Amino acid sequence: MSDDARAAMLARIRRAIADGAPRHGAHGVSAHDDAPALVRGVPLDAATCIARLVHRVEEYRAHVEVTTHDALPAAIAARVAMRGARTLVIPADLPVAWRPAGVALREDHALDVATLDAVDGVITGCRLAIAETGTIVLDGGAAQGRRAISLLPDWHCCVVFASQVVGDVPDAVRALAAAGSLSRPQTWISGPSATSDIELDRVEGVHGPRTLEVLVVRDARRQGAASSVIAAATGRPPASAA
Amino acid sequence: MTGIGTRPGRPLPRFEALAPARLDDAQLRRNLGKATATIRGKRQTVVDELPHWEALREEGRAAKAAVLAELDVRLEQLEARVRAAGGQVHWAPTAADATRIVGDIAARHAAREVIKVKSITTDEIRLNEALAARGIVATETDLAELIIQLAGEPSSHILVPAIHKNRSEIRELFVARLGQGDLTDEPRALAGAARRHLRAKFLSVPMAVSGANFAVAETGAVCVVESEGNGRMCLTLPRVLVTVMGIEKVVASWDDLGTMLQLLPRSSTGERMNPYTSIWTGVTPGDGPEEFHLVLLDNGRTQVLADSVGRQALQCIRCSACLNVCPVYERTGGHAYASVYPGPIGAILTPQLLGVEQADSLPYASTLCGACYDVCPVKINIPEVLVHLRGRAVERQAAGAGTHPYPRLERLAMRLAAWAFGSTTRYTLATRVARVALRLLGGGGAVTRLPGYGARWTAVRDLPPPPAQSFRDWWDART
Amino acid sequence: MRVALFITCFNDTLFPDTGKALVTVLERLGHVVDFPAAQTCCGQAHINTGYRRDAVPLMRRFVDVFAGAEAVVAPSASCAGTIRDLYPALANETGDASLAAAVRETGARTWEFTEFLVRRLGVTDVGAYFPHRVTYHPTCHSLRVLRVGDAPERLLRAVRGLDYVPLPQGDECCGFGGTFAVKNADTSVAMLGDKLRAVQATKAEVCVAADNSCLMHIGGALHRQRAGIRIAHIAQVLASTESERLA
Ligand code: SF4
Repeated sequence: MSDDARAAMLARIRRAIADGAPRHGAHGVSAHDDAPALVRGVPLDAATCIARLVHRVEEYRAHVEVTTHDALPAAIAARVAMRGARTLVIPADLPVAWRPAGVALREDHALDVATLDAVDGVITGCRLAIAETGTIVLDGGAAQGRRAISLLPDWHCCVVFASQVVGDVPDAVRALAAAGSLSRPQTWISGPSATSDIELDRVEGVHGPRTLEVLVVRDARRQGAASSVIAAATGRPPASAA
Repeated sequence: MTGIGTRPGRPLPRFEALAPARLDDAQLRRNLGKATATIRGKRQTVVDELPHWEALREEGRAAKAAVLAELDVRLEQLEARVRAAGGQVHWAPTAADATRIVGDIAARHAAREVIKVKSITTDEIRLNEALAARGIVATETDLAELIIQLAGEPSSHILVPAIHKNRSEIRELFVARLGQGDLTDEPRALAGAARRHLRAKFLSVPMAVSGANFAVAETGAVCVVESEGNGRMCLTLPRVLVTVMGIEKVVASWDDLGTMLQLLPRSSTGERMNPYTSIWTGVTPGDGPEEFHLVLLDNGRTQVLADSVGRQALQCIRCSACLNVCPVYERTGGHAYASVYPGPIGAILTPQLLGVEQADSLPYASTLCGACYDVCPVKINIPEVLVHLRGRAVERQAAGAGTHPYPRLERLAMRLAAWAFGSTTRYTLATRVARVALRLLGGGGAVTRLPGYGARWTAVRDLPPPPAQSFRDWWDART
Repeated sequence: MRVALFITCFNDTLFPDTGKALVTVLERLGHVVDFPAAQTCCGQAHINTGYRRDAVPLMRRFVDVFAGAEAVVAPSASCAGTIRDLYPALANETGDASLAAAVRETGARTWEFTEFLVRRLGVTDVGAYFPHRVTYHPTCHSLRVLRVGDAPERLLRAVRGLDYVPLPQGDECCGFGGTFAVKNADTSVAMLGDKLRAVQATKAEVCVAADNSCLMHIGGALHRQRAGIRIAHIAQVLASTESERLA
């Protein structure tokens, strides 16, 4: 029965496109033209990349802070204190240095949703960040955990290394491919949850975390594999290498 | 009933019959005028920021056109990749097939309730009604969908179904229907009310239904673009996820997906990027649903694909930019289109999905001003398709089909004019008669009242007194 | 240059002053003007209303009448747009390859009046004098089909004595749309109302455009409301001099 449906649909499609190269718009460009190289914006140098990321994330009314490898633990602790968080969920592989003292930390070992809903916040890393759009991309890899832990808590603190910052979306796609992430569950996050459903104006804070904090680690101390992967994929040096 | 889904076999009411009541609704006019002006401004700002925007549009158009030209191969590839990643793929030739497939999955899991992330495709197939008939409650989780579901009204915009409502109206609705008495009309407070209302459902309902913005044939990834996080909730928390996707949503590659993710947010909400984009491939143990079903829906799409001019409508990425710039949509709102797909894209898609004789007023619900074509991120030449569909509507009317109120009279007038213009002698005579008639009607001055359908012109406009001499007469006298 | 005028049925019948103004301006610039007498109508209304087959003989006629003309110039953006934008698809539908080729070739020689002056002839100052406050409505087809850009504004700004006022939200459609104005009369009026408000806000004496059809719609309502603002085709303004006022 469903095989019949499948065959019928495919047959209809083949009949529909049997006229060969379809007309497209008024310009008659053939669909079978080999795709030209991707359209790209002006490439950004490393410093501009970081500055743009910071600016773009800020425009979503997320808190952004540029810090250093050595200052990161204190920066995290300060944000946690500012938030007044008492219990946090963390991915089981969150680096020890990122784990703030003085709060209850729940490592995620398949915690149930009620628990995730009850904690005050979550700390994660990310796969990469996109400067042009102010986006951080999580793929469930190192220091990120599964999707639910960065969704249910109302406060999300995300650590981004300068070496993880790419220029724009095509860079991000190439970097994800190079990292073997394409088939992993991805969440692209651009600011706190928001809606444009009331009078088509953006307001922050609906179902996802209502507060997003991004800590950008500027120096090159913790690099290695990730940054060389990104450089190879995008053909550009990682942002912090310059 | 939420959403005017399109019922096969029953023609839609005509646009010009539905429009006047909307034009008279001062609140609607104000709400729409304000919202569309806001979004037009935001879109322009973020589009102007990219110097290569026009090249990106062309890249988007080419990517979508290419995938449509090899749709069979790409769908088979998508199916194979999704299956390989632990997902199940279903083929649904019609709306009834799709709703049955979703209902059967729910029944197998004994789900009495499903949560939904906004999907115009499931509105198109009237999924909520079909599930209700099987005793399954479908809860919409998008803020705008929740608003219209509470108000019992159909959607009026493809991105923001409640665009016709302003903040005070939404507050009143929430106070009355959600029992949240101390609410202000601050959008942030209203969003908070929705958060409180839906939280428990996200944590407990075992099955979700979503649409898809894109699916990538080369890896089997499915992509949902959203703002509020209700999408993430639906896509991540329930045990079972069913995604209903029109077959035209497939893209060939991740590079193409990258192109779309640059075009869509800037065009739709005027943002550089929407807050949340979820991309998943089949099932990932320990992260998200244990069962994933992808339903591939035809429901008229292959009929659109068969039309070499009309098929470009399938390139649509549902950004709604064409609605937001359309001077007709801005004044009548979405309900006048009587379809889940309103505005310029609705005017070319609905008649093609249903059969043009079922919706033959929609291709005429446009002045052909071209504003839609200029903003469309995938360069759908909407005016071209409108004119093409008008031709098809007239063909169907000649065969006795369609809803045109006076097809024979119009045909006769057009034939007569074409015949008259076919010779210089007849042309000169006809235009002379026209001038004499206008002079008689106007008594030598401006014409303030025309007979018949001309009365619709003179209801608010005069015609200038006709000239004593045509250009042609003047030219002949001169030389 | 020898310029063949396509005067359009509409202007021939109802607005002959527009055609006369074209002749005046082109002759003043030293060009020879032809009016091929066999011309009638381009068939725009037929195509845009869906009567495509009825338009085919009119398309053939157009191509024949203007075969060999060095430049075909029309005082209407929507009629010039019909030749350039609508004819190619219609010609393809006939399956007549030589007609399709002829249509394309004719289209490449067909111009709307203001774009012809600025783009083809490279002229912006046509020696006009028009001491009035003027606003300009850029019609949709001039903007988005022909892409005449700022050609009309540059011509107006070069007119001596003319006080040019830009029209707010000028690029928004006036609501005419050919048969739309009758088929969707209510929506058309709603759009027209906003256009009238914009025109009146400029406090102009004269509202000009490059198409008499939209102007008839706007002007018809201005007249009905006794708004005290008149309309003129842009050619009439460009044809006016100290000794002869043509608008
Ligand atoms: S037709 Fe184009 S502009 Fe309109 S919704 Fe679709 S993609 Fe967007």
